[in-house]
Parts: sequence; structure tokens; C-alpha cells
Amino acid sequence: MILARLLSLEIWKRWLWSLVRFGLIFGMSFVILYPIIQKISTAIKDKQDLYSPIVVWIPQHFTFDNFKKAISIMDYWHTLANTVMLSGMTTILTAVSCGLAGYAFARLKFKGSKLLFAGVVLTILVPPTTILIPIYMNLKNFTLLGIIPLFTGKPVSLLNSYWPFILTSATANSLKAGLYIYIFRQFFRNIPKEVEEAAYIDGAGVGKTFTRIMLPNAIPAIVTVLLFSFVWQWNDSFFTTTYLTASKVMATQLSSLPFNIGKLAEGGGLAMQTDPFYLSMVQDTGILLAILPLVLMYFFVQRYFVESIERTGVVG
Amino acid sequence: MKSFFAAFGKKQWTHEGQKAFWGVIYVLPWLIGFLLFFLLPFVSSFRYSLSSIKANADGMIIQFIGFSNYVEALTVNTSFNRALTESIVNMVVSVPLIVIFSLFIAVLLNQKFFGRALARSVFFLPVILASGVIANLETGSLVQALTEQNAVAGNFVQVLGDSPLERIMLRAGVNESIVLYLTDAVDRINQIVSQSGVQILIFLAGIQTISPQLYEASKVEGATGYEAFWKITFPMVSPLILVNVIFTIIDSFSRNAMTDLIKTTGFANFNFGLASAMAWIYFLAIMIILGITSYLVSRKVFYQD
Repeated sequence: MILARLLSLEIWKRWLWSLVRFGLIFGMSFVILYPIIQKISTAIKDKQDLYSPIVVWIPQHFTFDNFKKAISIMDYWHTLANTVMLSGMTTILTAVSCGLAGYAFARLKFKGSKLLFAGVVLTILVPPTTILIPIYMNLKNFTLLGIIPLFTGKPVSLLNSYWPFILTSATANSLKAGLYIYIFRQFFRNIPKEVEEAAYIDGAGVGKTFTRIMLPNAIPAIVTVLLFSFVWQWNDSFFTTTYLTASKVMATQLSSLPFNIGKLAEGGGLAMQTDPFYLSMVQDTGILLAILPLVLMYFFVQRYFVESIERTGVVG
Repeated sequence: MKSFFAAFGKKQWTHEGQKAFWGVIYVLPWLIGFLLFFLLPFVSSFRYSLSSIKANADGMIIQFIGFSNYVEALTVNTSFNRALTESIVNMVVSVPLIVIFSLFIAVLLNQKFFGRALARSVFFLPVILASGVIANLETGSLVQALTEQNAVAGNFVQVLGDSPLERIMLRAGVNESIVLYLTDAVDRINQIVSQSGVQILIFLAGIQTISPQLYEASKVEGATGYEAFWKITFPMVSPLILVNVIFTIIDSFSRNAMTDLIKTTGFANFNFGLASAMAWIYFLAIMIILGITSYLVSRKVFYQD
């Protein structure tokens, strides 16, 4: 009798907690998804729906006009191709160089490697703003420690090209690369030493052990780094707007989007009126278009992503 | 491979020696980049901060002027102090909120319930979306403001942070600053949620490494879920609190008033010396904050081994 009552109390408690948990998770999900839903609803609205008091989420006059305008203002397909190329390139280079460095810091100890790893931690901790100006000047008059002027007579400017991104990512010093080295190091440290020793005993060299034994075991870490670096490069406005001013990639297009829309509106290029709300509507559509490829990608890889982070041992 | 080493005149390489050799080779790309794109700029940034820089047709003239750039940033420049305090106060306020919130959500997402996979993918969505330029543009959306006026849904956030609860707490004698902090937290909920994607991931990964035996044993001994959290989960993930604090701080670099100010001073006004001095003051301020938090947190952290 007493047991039954206790049991029912227990069940009540569990139900109540499920309810509270559902409320919390639903609410938080709503806060996260709200801007996206709102943007989608804005993007498919017609202009007259904007002021209609009865239209909140679902438009009365369904239209793709905003998409067309935003695509033409952003030069979308061209920009998309550029961005995919830039992000893909830096992602692969970063993963390779950070993977090598991470493995060396984890398993191939040499004299001074601890000190160098402290250098990696320093690159994580120093805000990029602190070194931005010297890097900018360095890239503007790039000499590679005085080697290039010997051939061409004068330093070359690497700005407005993809070279800054290629060079920094090939040398594992791109955006947040210190973090990736750290992730790889933690992961390789957690792979049992015996696996590696077995390979050595069977006669594999260091290179072969790394590519044949360690890398296939490190797929979760590789996926994590690939995803993070792709997404962060895609969204990065800090370095991109500094290095690339003329080239069209998503980040620069997005940050100049308000300006471009305003310009078009003034010139009457697309027969737009200078209604700030309407301009903002096109801007929202532009943002939606910029994040759309990422969201689509996320839907395909998210399961793998969540699982892989859980196994990467970022937690060490 | 052997002939390669033989060419160096070393017939007998020890295993350790070989590993060290390849270690250097593997680190080399990073090392070159570190010197070229980090250490040199880092040192010259410090040098710039101590000099006045004038650019003309021949190049740059760098003149040593001591600490006057620092003095100018702190006493003359009108926006520097404001931007610095704003970004630091912002950091100090939101870091604890983000860490507590993400720990809470990680514990929730670790429980079994219907639709967990969906909830997880929604909560990690901000990892993709809330970075860089998108977050900046989001704040300036007029349509959002308009819809928020129309739609009840848009007022959802304000309702939570509105006065009745605040008044009840004040009447109940809760300290006013605590009440303000809490209501401020509710107002920031959007910002907090959208910045805590990675932190939730880290905590979740940490919680999943805790062995289930601990929970089973505590349940046998009669511990409630609440006790299990404070006696097992919290101590076991406490090293990650430090990791998350550091991550949250470095994550805030990309979007604050300080970064914008340094960029405008450097690239719009071409005052490289002053911009470098600002960047160095900012860097030192962050180092001090990081040092204090690491000290405070690491005293409380529980390490298993």
C-alpha cells in the first residue's frame, strides 16, 4: 500500500519533470529558431503584406521577388562559387597542417616541443586584433623575409588575392588554427600507444604509421576540424573584409549588403523605392541566402557532427 | 627510407631519434607560419605601439616615441575607454551566464526523452549561425522590429523579463543588484543561447565520459537526481568549466566594440601606432581577466587523477 503510493508519487514527479523539460527545451529551441523562421517568412512576403495587420507569419501574397532582387544585388551564384572555393581550400589545408602539427605535439616529442606547444596556446589566447595591423602591412609589402625582392626587385602585395588565406592555412596559422591543433593533439593523445607500437614493430615508418594507422582512427577529430574551419571561414568577416576588398565572397558581400541595397535604391536601378522597411526586407532575404548553404549542409552532417564531437575528446 | 638516413651518415638511428626527427618535420609548417604570421607581427605590433608611424611614397617612417600612444589611448581618445569598459563588462557579465546556461542545457540534453536528436541538432545550430557577420547584421533588421511589434510571439522575451517577477523579488527582499543581473540575463537570453553552442557540446561530451556506475551506486545509496548532479556531475565536469570560460572569452573577440574601434583607428584613420597601443591594452586586460578566472576556478576544480 505504502509502496504503491510512493510509486505513484514517483511517477507524478517524473511526469512533471518531463513537462518542465519539454517547456524549457521547446522555449529555447524557439529562441534559436525564431530569427530563421522570421527571415523565411519575410523573404516570401510581398511588399504589401509588410504593412498588412493581418499578416504575421504566413503571407497573403506569396512571392519570390525578394529572392530575385537579393540574388542580383549580391551576385549570388558567383559569390557562392567563390566562397565555396575559398572555404573549401582553406579548410583542407588547415586540416592537413593542423593534423600534422597536432600529431607531432602528441606523439613525436622532440627537444623543445613543449615550448612550441606553449606557442600554440599563445596563438589561441592573443586576440587577432592585436596582430592584425602588422600582418596587414606585412602582406601589403610581402617580402618573405627579403627573398622575393631579390627576384622581382620589389615586394609584392598579396592583398585582394587568396594568397593570405592559402599561406596562413597551409602553415596552420589561419583563423582559430591553434584550437584545431589543440583538438588534434588531445585526440591523438587518447589513442592507445599499443596501436602505434604494433605498427612500428611490423616495420612501418613514422609517415606510414601516421597515414595508415593514426589517421583512420582520427576520423571524428578530422570531421570536427573540417566542419568548424569550413563554417568559421564562411562566416568570418574579420580577416575576410581586411584581406579581400574587391573579391566577392559571402562575408564581404554580406557586410556591404546594406550599402549596396541603399545604392541601388538611390539610383532606382531596380525601380525600388527608398522605403527602409522594404530595404530591410531584401537585406533579410540576403542573409537567409547566405546562411542557406550552411544550414543545408548542417542537415546532412549534423548527426555525424554531434557524434564526432562527443568522441573527439575535446574534453581531454 | 634507410638510404635516406644513410645519406646523412647515420647508420644507426634510434627509434626515439627517428621520431624526434619526423616530429620536427611535421611541426615545421606550423613553425614557419608561427614565426611569419604570428611571432613577427606580435613583436612588431608592440614596436608600433611605441612609435609614431607615418606612411609616405617611399614606405613607412617609424619613430620611437615611448608610451605616448598608450597615454593618448587612455586619456585623449574619446571612444577608447568607453569601448574597453563596455567590452570587458559585457564579457564579465555574459561569461558566467553562458557557462551556467550551457551546463544546464547539456545536462538536459543528456537525459533520455522523445525527440532528443532533434533538440540536440537545434541547440548546436548556433555553432553555425551565430558567428561573425550574420550576428552583426541581425541586430539591424528593421523588419524584425516591425514584426515584433505586430506579433505576440515577438514579445515572448519581453514578457519574461517584465516587471511582475522583478517586483515580487524586490518585495521579497532580494538584493537589488542581483535582481537587476537576473532580469538583464533574461533580456540577453537570445544572445546567450546563440553564443553557447560550442560550450554545450563541450559539456555534453564531458558528461558522457562519466561512468554510469557512479550514478547507479549513488541511486542504490538513495541519492536524488539533484544530489547526483551536485556530487557527481558537477565535480566531474568542473575542469571543463575552465575550458569553457576560456573559450567564451576568446570567442567574444570577433564581435565586440573594441575590435571595431581598433579596425577603424587603424584602417580608416591610418593611425597604426595608436591602434596597436589600443590592441595591446586590450590584450593585457584580457590576460589579467583570464589569469584571475583561471586562478579562481582552478582552486575549486576537482581533478580525478
